[in-house]
Amino acid sequence: MTTLRDWLIDDSPASPMQARLGRIYRIFGALMHNPLAVVGAIIILVLVLTALFAPWIATHDPLRQSLGERLLPPSAAHWMGTDELGRDIWSRVVYGARITLAIVTLVAVLAAPAGLVIGVAAGYFGGWVDRILMGITDIFLSLPKLILALAFVAALGPGIENAIIAIAITSWPGYARVARAETMTFKNSEFISAVRLLGASSLRVNLGHVLPLCTSSMIVRVTLDMAGIILTAAGLGFIGLGAQPPLPEWGAMISRGRSFILDQWWVATMPGFAIILVSLGFCFLGDGLRDVLDPKSGEQR
Amino acid sequence: MANNNSTTAPAPTRRAGAQSPGRRRLFSALGFLVTLCVTFIGLLAITFFIGRIVPIDPVLAVVGDRAPVAVYERVREEMGLDRPLAAQFVSYVGDVVTGNFGTAVSTGKPVIEDLARVFPATLEMATLGIILGVLIGVPLGVIAASRRGSWLDQAIRVIGLLGYSVPAFWLGLVGLAVFYAKLKWVGGPGRVDIFYDGVVSPITGLILVDSIIAGDWEIFRNAVWHLILPASCLGFFSLAYIARMTRSFMLDQLSQEYVTTARVKGVPERLVIWRHAFRPIRVPLITVIGLSYAGLLEGSVMIETIFSWPGIGNYLTVALLNADMAAVLGSTLVIGAVFIGINKISDVLYRVLDPRAR
Repeated sequence: MTTLRDWLIDDSPASPMQARLGRIYRIFGALMHNPLAVVGAIIILVLVLTALFAPWIATHDPLRQSLGERLLPPSAAHWMGTDELGRDIWSRVVYGARITLAIVTLVAVLAAPAGLVIGVAAGYFGGWVDRILMGITDIFLSLPKLILALAFVAALGPGIENAIIAIAITSWPGYARVARAETMTFKNSEFISAVRLLGASSLRVNLGHVLPLCTSSMIVRVTLDMAGIILTAAGLGFIGLGAQPPLPEWGAMISRGRSFILDQWWVATMPGFAIILVSLGFCFLGDGLRDVLDPKSGEQR
Repeated sequence: MANNNSTTAPAPTRRAGAQSPGRRRLFSALGFLVTLCVTFIGLLAITFFIGRIVPIDPVLAVVGDRAPVAVYERVREEMGLDRPLAAQFVSYVGDVVTGNFGTAVSTGKPVIEDLARVFPATLEMATLGIILGVLIGVPLGVIAASRRGSWLDQAIRVIGLLGYSVPAFWLGLVGLAVFYAKLKWVGGPGRVDIFYDGVVSPITGLILVDSIIAGDWEIFRNAVWHLILPASCLGFFSLAYIARMTRSFMLDQLSQEYVTTARVKGVPERLVIWRHAFRPIRVPLITVIGLSYAGLLEGSVMIETIFSWPGIGNYLTVALLNADMAAVLGSTLVIGAVFIGINKISDVLYRVLDPRAR
């Protein structure tokens, strides 16, 4: 073990691979010293495992109705009780993890690269490209995100796909700002000039050398944004514009449980706990990652 | 937005050194106005664009799908949809500036009238929410910073993070179930009890103010009774953000040398914190409070749905579910404009109050 560790923390790595693995090892080590970050990482790990192994973790079919067992309180047979159609809430919450994970992954995959490309282009080329791109970014940033997402979904039509598109449309500007700021700091450094002198095209400079340097602050930003994305998606589901029935989406489940909140409190509250837990997990991990990867931005958020 | 400033008025910033302060101030005010206009036009462009991507054909919605081609074409021309997009956008901006937001399908009234009627309800709730958020959030942030690392600091940190993780609609629902249904501490959904509804004639639209003007204390008490829970839910979200920011501003100040000097001189810790360290952070806090206030207008959408609060959020949700695009875009425009307005005002306040930013 000690030899592996020595290889990982070697100050003069022999290969880029060793350097990369060493960096990951150090980040991991630093994260382990932050209890909240560890808790966050565990929560997200549990979310991923739950989504992957939902059929084995769920005790019932999430869609199977059984009207004889309507609105039962939590018990040994139904850990979180049953809803108004006799469906097992625990199983629905478990399958809901898949939907939540799919939403946050898709939004991140759509919005982060778009913001990254726009921000790097603005920062690298400067001048008019920068002014126009950042002008558009600033307009989007100065508008309320949730309202904008609501209006987009209203125009596109309800549904989980459109909800994802709408959230992605409202999320990219933050990433563009971060990527631009990072690019501006690297743009005039010597190693970029060196690559340029070697005759690399601006596409190659950006893709090969500037983009990779922006990734760590992007990862921090994306992780911190995850809670907001989950809440927006759940909000859209709650209003009835996001995931449609019978999909076991957490926000939509709360909306169904709304009429029973006074007598059958478990129908609406249980999915809420799932949302809070997962969002908190991303917040904890994001805070921890920021302290490790991006210490200069400190406490401000 | 600093970047936008330089886009629209590059000359004044470059030659600023050579000009008189009055001239410079005039130029920065002009640059600010231009930025503001650009942002508003951007907002209009976005709502215009959203209005165009609606899959429902607006002409078909008017004439029905069995109309002959000639009628369809005539209506299309009357609605101005045959003109180029740029021309359509110009007339859209003209409409909005003159207050013509179209007619809401759900109420049959002009959208602008509906919005004027519902907006005060939202304003009342958000204002009480931000007051609660500031009154609780600022002291919490100061306490957290002054006892950095203690369990109290950790607890306040978790409260702050909960503000980012609890869905507003869920908090409202649970609040209703606990404080209204179980404990009966607060009033239920709506702005007043049903038999008080419409008793006070709306003058400002703010029911607390109207009932004071009318001298009807019973209604005032009833309105507070109903307002307190939704406003607290909203206040929780601003509290979380304000406490977090206050803490980080305070930590910055407490690590400064003048604080150490004050401590060495034997100034009591309470005075060090409130008289020395807290004073300089009041100005940045104004910006934070402004941002948070604007955020509450947005957060009220979810809260209003839960509390059947007859405000702009509820109006927007109903319009959304009926695909009533005139009402949706009108509400989006108004919320967006207020959001931008509050942000800009807090920006200006910051510049006016902080001598370094002047």
